[in-house]
Amino acid sequence: MKAKIAMLAVSAAIAAIGSTTVLAQAKEQFFPVLSYRTGAYAPNGIPFANGYVDYLKLVNARDGGIDGVKITFEECETGYATDKGVECYERLKGKGPTGATLFQPLSTGITFAVTDKSFADKIPIITAGYGRADSVDGTVFGWNFPLGGTYWDAADMLVQHVGKKEGGLDKLKGKKIALVYHDSPYGKEPIALLQERAKMHGYELLLLPVTHPGVEQKATWLQIRQQRPDYVFLWGWGVMNSTSLKEAVATGYPREKMYGVWWSGAEPDVAPVGEAAKGYNALVFLAPAGQGQVHKDMIKYVYDKGQGTGKKEEIGEVLYNRGLVSAMMGVEGVRRAHIKYGKKPLTGEQVRWGLENLAIDKAAIKKLGFDGFMLPVSTSCVNHSGESTASIHTWDGKKWVVGPDHYASDQQILKPMIRASAEKYATEKKITRRDCAKEAG
Amino acid sequence: MFYRENGQFKSNYASDQQMLPILQDRVFMGLLLVFAFGAVPLFVSDYVFLSLLIPFLILTLAAIGLNILVGYCGQISIGHAAFMSVGAYAAYNLALRLPQLNFLVVLVLAGLIAAAVGILFGIPSLRIKGLYLAVATLAAQFFTDWLFARVKWFTNYSSSGSVSTAPIELFGWKVDSPAEKYLFLLGVLVVFTVVAKNLVRGHIGRAWMSMRDMDVAAEVIGIRPVYAKLTAFAVSSFYVGVAGALWGFVYLGAWEPLAFNLSLSLNLLFMIIIGGMGSLLGSYFGAAFIVALPILLDQVPNWLGVEMSTALASHLASMIFGSLIVFFLIVEPHGLARLWAIGKEKLRLWPFPH
Repeated sequence: MKAKIAMLAVSAAIAAIGSTTVLAQAKEQFFPVLSYRTGAYAPNGIPFANGYVDYLKLVNARDGGIDGVKITFEECETGYATDKGVECYERLKGKGPTGATLFQPLSTGITFAVTDKSFADKIPIITAGYGRADSVDGTVFGWNFPLGGTYWDAADMLVQHVGKKEGGLDKLKGKKIALVYHDSPYGKEPIALLQERAKMHGYELLLLPVTHPGVEQKATWLQIRQQRPDYVFLWGWGVMNSTSLKEAVATGYPREKMYGVWWSGAEPDVAPVGEAAKGYNALVFLAPAGQGQVHKDMIKYVYDKGQGTGKKEEIGEVLYNRGLVSAMMGVEGVRRAHIKYGKKPLTGEQVRWGLENLAIDKAAIKKLGFDGFMLPVSTSCVNHSGESTASIHTWDGKKWVVGPDHYASDQQILKPMIRASAEKYATEKKITRRDCAKEAG
Repeated sequence: MFYRENGQFKSNYASDQQMLPILQDRVFMGLLLVFAFGAVPLFVSDYVFLSLLIPFLILTLAAIGLNILVGYCGQISIGHAAFMSVGAYAAYNLALRLPQLNFLVVLVLAGLIAAAVGILFGIPSLRIKGLYLAVATLAAQFFTDWLFARVKWFTNYSSSGSVSTAPIELFGWKVDSPAEKYLFLLGVLVVFTVVAKNLVRGHIGRAWMSMRDMDVAAEVIGIRPVYAKLTAFAVSSFYVGVAGALWGFVYLGAWEPLAFNLSLSLNLLFMIIIGGMGSLLGSYFGAAFIVALPILLDQVPNWLGVEMSTALASHLASMIFGSLIVFFLIVEPHGLARLWAIGKEKLRLWPFPH
């Protein structure tokens, strides 16, 4: 009991210190940055965080902020752990003159946990290419924005691609597809869709979970050797990806028949395997590797001034670019909201309007310097993700080569699944659906 | 402390059997409760509630549970997060499938289910001791991990294997804001602490302690090991199960089996080792230490205005945290509760020690 005194003294001290650092009511927009530069997932977390933070710096250095409102930010280390992520969220949500603008946790587990809090805090959560698949439904998930696509989209596109390779989706009948997945909400998300598709096309789905962090996969690949699936879909993150490729090399499974999700196709995943990973494919959405106008600006305004977060050579890597694009979409959401609410620091609720009315078309992409790095995105109150399109890129032993085909997920299959899943969430959590028509009027 | 119990005579059995026989202790505890219930919600920020006080209260409850087993009954367990997960998933399923149940009923039922599972995994303790028992309890950890990840029914067929809970409602009171959650948890913790205090000083607690000190001797004087050990497992799992349900419903809101992994089990064990084995007060100290220290260490560079990358700060924090644990174990192996007791003894003689 008496321990509480000490505890409270500590909390009082924190409260006191917290109040002295309150920022003056400045023209500033606060961006919290949840990143992981430590732990098993750091090799992938670092480039993403560098890209994210660099873009915020670039907007300040090049444009003087968003329409004149300076961006401030603070990083918080989550280590990819859900409880740490929640603590970071709580720590950062109230900072800045108007509170946190939006969160991008880069972890499906943290996304699940903070989704519940978003309803009360009214802060949007952007999950560009991850998060809950059913959060596309903006009427239930009022604050989630899975911009650019969810794992259901990704799984759908992969099935379409292998179907095309076989010469038609009906040719998949009797084939075996193995899903090697990270045993967490992230890895389990695509299962529902793959099962749905399996029912339609008659392929057999093998589910092979890999426990965190994924360095031990001998048993998984033994099963692959026994079952000989026609294709392997890889749903890994961090060190798990390169381990899977190493095991594939060791068991002699052809890399050409392996397809990774967009989080399993970056340089840190294949580099440890190098030449042996040749032929491995992965989805790539929005931002492939390479440099464009925005990278030139980045070097000119940020890196040449010694303000860069990472190394200059790493600019343009897949995950760095994805960090850039994620930050850009957040910034554009704020810019869009400025039109309605004026060019001043905005609250999370106001930013949500901007994100719900995003319209980044081809011209806008070019203007932002992202030409060739992303496809147009437009959202609405009902659809929080916009269209999801992606291509397949292949590792040639040295670099990623993007294939010619673009894939879009089949909304005929996805829509009813999203609706049903969102409905289930709404009943479980006792949420009443938003009426989008009414809000617009 | 700086008061003496001189002149407080116990003239009847009731006053001899009080929980806090010394007047000053009673006054102090009363003031502390008034402060915790009345004053804290007035001046503490939401961040402190959500990141420090709420996890502290829940983990204290879990630490008390583990302390009953390890500290009082001497049966080591390194898989106690398993019983937390049983409690959490039991509560989730009860709340989902029987929505008319009051949350308090759900909590107690979840605790009872965890207790049943605890008894099951406690059976090996009748035959094996020490390190071997520790390994057997580890099985509970891996079994529940597997169960909740693989058997879909427990997660209501959620596609990602992650479950999320509805907000808690008690007799029309929506436990929503951080302050309300804090008050609710504090209430639960006070009740459970009083129960635990009375259990450990009653005949059951004495049976546990005799088991811990020497099981053969205890058997000779007529204490049945089956009864003593299994009740310890049951009560301990009940506490931990309730804590798990609260961890899921009040603190996390949405979780996957990974939330109750081995590192949480080890953290619970650290709490009672650092706080003090066989001491309820120690459970409080240990939980406070484990919850608050990493967060404090994480933010210290920020407060001091030192520009440091978050990665370096977090590496430093783990290093300091680790060395502090080692330091404590060398300097005071009996934990913070013992340190507190020594402090009290010293203050008694202050300023003229012999």
